[in-house]
Amino acid sequence: MGLLSDPNRRRALISMLTRLNAPICVVCYFAGVAWFMGLAFEPFTLRTYMSENAMGSTMVEERFPAGERALATGREFAAHKKKVGGMPVDWLVKNMQDRGLEVFTQSFSRTLPFPDENKERYIVKGTNVYGILRAPRAPRTEALVLSAPCSPGDSNNQAVGLLLGLAQYFRNQIYWAKDIIFLVNEHDLIGMQAWLEGYHHTNTTGMSWSPLQGRGGSIQAALSLELSSDVITSLDLVLEGLNGQLPNLDLANLFYAFCQKIGVLCTIQGKLQRNDWDSVSGYSHAVQTMMLMVMKQASGRPWGDHGLFLRYHIEAATIKGVNSFRQYKTDATTIGRLLEGMYRKLNNLLERLHQSYFFYLMPSLSHFVSIGYYMPAFGLLAVILLLRALDLWVQLNTPPSTTEDGVADIDQVRHTLLSVLTPLVISHLTGVALYALPIRFQETAVEHFPVSETEAVVLTAIAIYTAGLALPHNTHRYYIMSAVPDVRGWRVLKLIAVLYLAVLLGCTALINFSLGFILALTLVPLAAFVTPHVPKVLSAFILVILSPACTLLFSVFFFQELQEMPVSFQDGWLLYLSVISQGILDHSLYGSLVYPLIALLVYPCWLLFWNILFWK
Amino acid sequence: MKILTLLGLLSACFLANSINIEVCTSRFWFNYRHVANTLSVYRSVKRLGIPDSHIVLMLADDMACNHRNPKPATVFSHKNMELNVYGDDVEVDYRGYEVTVENFLRVLTGRLPPSTPRSKRLLSDDRSNILIYLTGHGGNGFLKFQDSEEISNVELADAFEQMWQKRRYNELLFIIDTCQGASMYERFYSPNIMALASSQVGEDSLSHQPDLAIGVHLMDRYTFYMLEFLEDIHPASKTNMNDLFKVCPKSQCVSTPGHRTDLFLRDPGSVLITDFFGSVRKVELTMDAINLTDPIKQMEENPVNGEEQKEVYSYADQLPVSEIIHQKPKQKDWHPPDGFILGLWTLILLVFFKTYGIKHLKHIF
Repeated sequence: MGLLSDPNRRRALISMLTRLNAPICVVCYFAGVAWFMGLAFEPFTLRTYMSENAMGSTMVEERFPAGERALATGREFAAHKKKVGGMPVDWLVKNMQDRGLEVFTQSFSRTLPFPDENKERYIVKGTNVYGILRAPRAPRTEALVLSAPCSPGDSNNQAVGLLLGLAQYFRNQIYWAKDIIFLVNEHDLIGMQAWLEGYHHTNTTGMSWSPLQGRGGSIQAALSLELSSDVITSLDLVLEGLNGQLPNLDLANLFYAFCQKIGVLCTIQGKLQRNDWDSVSGYSHAVQTMMLMVMKQASGRPWGDHGLFLRYHIEAATIKGVNSFRQYKTDATTIGRLLEGMYRKLNNLLERLHQSYFFYLMPSLSHFVSIGYYMPAFGLLAVILLLRALDLWVQLNTPPSTTEDGVADIDQVRHTLLSVLTPLVISHLTGVALYALPIRFQETAVEHFPVSETEAVVLTAIAIYTAGLALPHNTHRYYIMSAVPDVRGWRVLKLIAVLYLAVLLGCTALINFSLGFILALTLVPLAAFVTPHVPKVLSAFILVILSPACTLLFSVFFFQELQEMPVSFQDGWLLYLSVISQGILDHSLYGSLVYPLIALLVYPCWLLFWNILFWK
Repeated sequence: MKILTLLGLLSACFLANSINIEVCTSRFWFNYRHVANTLSVYRSVKRLGIPDSHIVLMLADDMACNHRNPKPATVFSHKNMELNVYGDDVEVDYRGYEVTVENFLRVLTGRLPPSTPRSKRLLSDDRSNILIYLTGHGGNGFLKFQDSEEISNVELADAFEQMWQKRRYNELLFIIDTCQGASMYERFYSPNIMALASSQVGEDSLSHQPDLAIGVHLMDRYTFYMLEFLEDIHPASKTNMNDLFKVCPKSQCVSTPGHRTDLFLRDPGSVLITDFFGSVRKVELTMDAINLTDPIKQMEENPVNGEEQKEVYSYADQLPVSEIIHQKPKQKDWHPPDGFILGLWTLILLVFFKTYGIKHLKHIF
């Protein structure tokens, strides 16, 4: 007989499962964490290599000459920007037309659901200006985008200058097979969202924008440039986009190849690569770089203007120029040559970048870990949930030691199902409240409390979150059959909750591995050990510490530590509040899914476990 | 006795001709070097005298007019753009998507629809020396056409056998410049084939030099060195095949070129390069007098007769229309009349006599 169909062997398996369940769970948890930490160890990673054949091994000699003129243009742009007090639309239009591009503008406006205190804006009105360089001999079927944001103050003037300089140089060449669109967007991400929505004729976020007059074919790749100083010491590559989506690894490989060829220092996450992977400090450096990428990806917000392109299957990255205290400075001509080389390579593309990986982690710019290598870390954590579920199923199916008469059994089953349904419904309703109420009731909150709208929204959210903690004490009133002392009821609820959590985390990890893994790290042990029989006060405290809100709080502190800018507790708390408000804003402005995921799905799941803890 | 000094034509036994088929099987901009390879060989054989009517040139993609070419209408084979092999007078017979395995095999075997123009046919006979040059991406036993299909070495060997049986070649030289090129000639079994390949099975053929302005590799190593070798050949040179086998040793090519001569009847040392790469008529100068046998009979002077017996000549009927129009098969032997009519009349007569009796017979006769 087979292993599972033989009753004796099955009994043996089941008894082994129930006996060893807790030790296996603990081992799996530590194995998962160890696997994750081992991902940054260099022998376990692979060197990056160019996968796309069309962007092959040959290099072109870059000849961009006009770096100084580009910087002069940037200074002119700064002067006009100060004079107009925003985006100098007319100057930009005239300048681009003089360089031979087809210039168009797009105006957009958007009222944020509540004021954004980080960027100090509430009602946003702006204009995007873009110029299209038509390919001399090719049909207008494909395009590449180079964009620079128009930021208030003194930032990114050199980026716009370099963009205009490159536009002039590119216009004189005949080897372009795709149209190149030079875009200057106002109000960074909001302007970029308006432009992309106008270009692709979609309207997903409720912004109002004027339709685009000129178009260039389907966009194959995009680069966003951020440059705020005349000379730089290094170039930083930013990959993380909206909802943790990453561009194709070939784009990072292309950047790295050109950095090596031209001889510019290149970093990722602001950290330079180290060669001593076998020393402790070298390893911890790689771990820090990887953890920064994990944190940024888990937050689900776009970390550069490129982040919004990814949703339209356009591979995009942001290149930031960094001027720090190093001796060797790189001038604008060299940066222009690097971009020229990258664009000539992208020009050779015949189809969209798809040969390399879409899901990866990078402990350094020249090494990567692909999905096949990092998924087992999450898998080991998910196995814990499945083992727990099996254990509960076995417990539910063994007949109880003190059996009452069989008639009461059927009623008991019905009681358990109904009593399980109640916490489920109430938890999800609380989740819906957490999602919808903060924005809806910000005016009433502002009337009754001396806070600004942003604070009102955030504090309402926290208040609803904390109010959910009081639920188990009140839900007993709504039990339909409360007379029966239900010893099995909590097991059914826990089984459902554990399977629900497993499915939820699994789906999240597929799309955004970092978010799924971080949630799994805190929620899986919680789900594994919680029962009504553990000591209440201690477990309640641990449950609160491991809840999503506190995970976010710790992540904020951890992120600041990783960036070597540690904060005090007050500053950290304020940063935490701003992170919550940014998350809510990202959701309504760009369609980020982190806030709805946490509010509508993860928080109710956690509330179920809270209910189990206080089960009577 | 007629003494004539002649420049003797055709001093050897037969009229030989050289025909070339040059095929580039790769498309896309990054396969620029395959088109440059093919065009370089084309240039060399034209220089050595083979006319376009004897060359079938198949290029799978248009590099000269590719949008990415910074020097439009040119294809360069040396870096720093020294030599434009595209030139002004290139004649491409099969271009773009017409370069397929089916078309290639049809050209070889001659099974083309009647509407195919002559420039797309292989007009060879049993005295032709054919040079076939293939380049592109290949593997162990196959050559990739156009990124979507392959030709295998077995197919190629069978096509050559068909050519042999249809007497479409006298001698055939097969040169292939791809990765693992030697696998393509392993299966040949027809006589009079000599084959050269740029690399052995398991080796890759490497490209030669990139051009930093165009941004692609311009040539493959084997063809590059073969071309340097061919540049030294002029129509009267006596270099033979053994020198061609020595082209591009491993130190220059990194791969090991291979060749196969077991099917060839002549000794490779006696085969001139110009037999295949050039179109050379053998000319022999002679300073001796040659006696011509008189094919012309002296006219005997006839005595003039009164009657001149002249035969009347007339033109033969080119188109015997009368015969066509009045065409009936003359029946040489007699067949009895048709059985049916005979039976019918017999039946009628029998019925008549049955009805009316035999005494009426005298009324009929």
